[in-house]
Amino acid sequence: METVVHLRAAVTLLGRFPALAGVDLDVARGEVVLVAGPNGAGKSTLLRVCAGLLPVSAGEAVVLGHDLRVDPRGVRRRVGLLGHATGLYDDLSVVDNVRFWARANGARPADVDEALETMGLAGRLAKVEVHRLSAGQRRRTALAVLLARRPELWLLDEPHAGLDAAGRDLLDGLVTRAALAGATVLLSSHELDRAAALAHRRVTIAGGRIAARSDGDAAPPAAPTRAAVEVPGVP
Amino acid sequence: MFRDALLVAGKDLRIELRSRVTTNQVAPFAVLVLVLFAFALDPDRGVLGRATAGLFWVAVLLCTLLAVQRTFALETADGTRDALRLSGLDPAGVFLGKLGAVVAQLLALEVVLGVGVAVLYDTSVDTDGASPVAVVAALVVTALVATLGLGAAGTLYGVLAAGLRVRETLLPLLLLPVTAPVLIGATRAFESALDGVPSESWPWTGLLAVFALVYTAVGLAAFGPLLEES
Repeated sequence: METVVHLRAAVTLLGRFPALAGVDLDVARGEVVLVAGPNGAGKSTLLRVCAGLLPVSAGEAVVLGHDLRVDPRGVRRRVGLLGHATGLYDDLSVVDNVRFWARANGARPADVDEALETMGLAGRLAKVEVHRLSAGQRRRTALAVLLARRPELWLLDEPHAGLDAAGRDLLDGLVTRAALAGATVLLSSHELDRAAALAHRRVTIAGGRIAARSDGDAAPPAAPTRAAVEVPGVP
Repeated sequence: MFRDALLVAGKDLRIELRSRVTTNQVAPFAVLVLVLFAFALDPDRGVLGRATAGLFWVAVLLCTLLAVQRTFALETADGTRDALRLSGLDPAGVFLGKLGAVVAQLLALEVVLGVGVAVLYDTSVDTDGASPVAVVAALVVTALVATLGLGAAGTLYGVLAAGLRVRETLLPLLLLPVTAPVLIGATRAFESALDGVPSESWPWTGLLAVFALVYTAVGLAAFGPLLEES
């Protein structure tokens, strides 16, 4: 099976502090991997490294065939990162935000409509400026931006934060369907039970290193362990 | 690159239209600067008349600082900088787009300031022996070229300062010294045009054009690395 993320003894320094201190990780296409660990362990750093946003100082780091030490920008168009920040412009409406980022990534107008519909943001809500939205609605808008990009690698950092119960179910369904469609998902979460139900396997990171693996890097199952959830607007 | 520039400029201008920061905050600030100059130099209104060009461009320079800080504040809030880096946008296109939006806002402000100096400073154009068309052309071309230079330098130093925690105080320190040639050249060109000798303004306009070209070229090349590193 094609390896989408390949890290070997990967080191990332934030200043002089080794935020990643020799990470070994391989993730195959279609896999959903939960990255667990305490605050400050390096989960967010790991996801940002995989997005090509933080440099790799030593070791091997290849994502979607791009060597991150040589060509970190090459991978960026092919990944979707949902971090703690939403990446939205407060003074633009929901639809203007999704449309801008979709165009910036070469997405089709139909992808915008579909993403808004899927996230329950179509209609009147689409015209509301983002600064008027609740935290959960902002999160849904950020997810709509990610959906419209149709990334090959989803990097989700605490994706359930701020979402209500329906939003969490929706997100779980999206992750499941994305994996079934061949996308790869790396997600970090403190809601371990919920996230673990989505994931093929779990890696625990501590002190910038992989401290434990749930299945010893066994081959992933053919499909996510959680049944696909019906998502409105997604065929 | 030009498609990306149009996309970014359109986004920035749409944000300004919705937030109205330029019309509700920067334009009143610009007029206030003119009024304060008038208060300070009121005892001798002749000084105001003679210094009109310089005062106009000092006001434009201060507005440039606000416009540049505003345009990069948009790209530092709530992870938009990372989103920009993750997008497929050409950094040179982003530079051109932000430059275009800043220039459009500054040109609108200059119209307001132009009306302001005409009313507050009782500025008039001495057209004895000179074609009014030539005078107006010299003023308009100078304003366009000087604004492009200010916008290019502002956009370049804006992205340099944007990633730093001290950006609000650092930007004026970086930008004001390097835009001194624009202040001097635009002031001299305006003075010549207002004195009715527009032919003497063109060498200064040429200097401004060189400044604008150099900073635009440097910005196109350096914006991407600065967006990554700063």
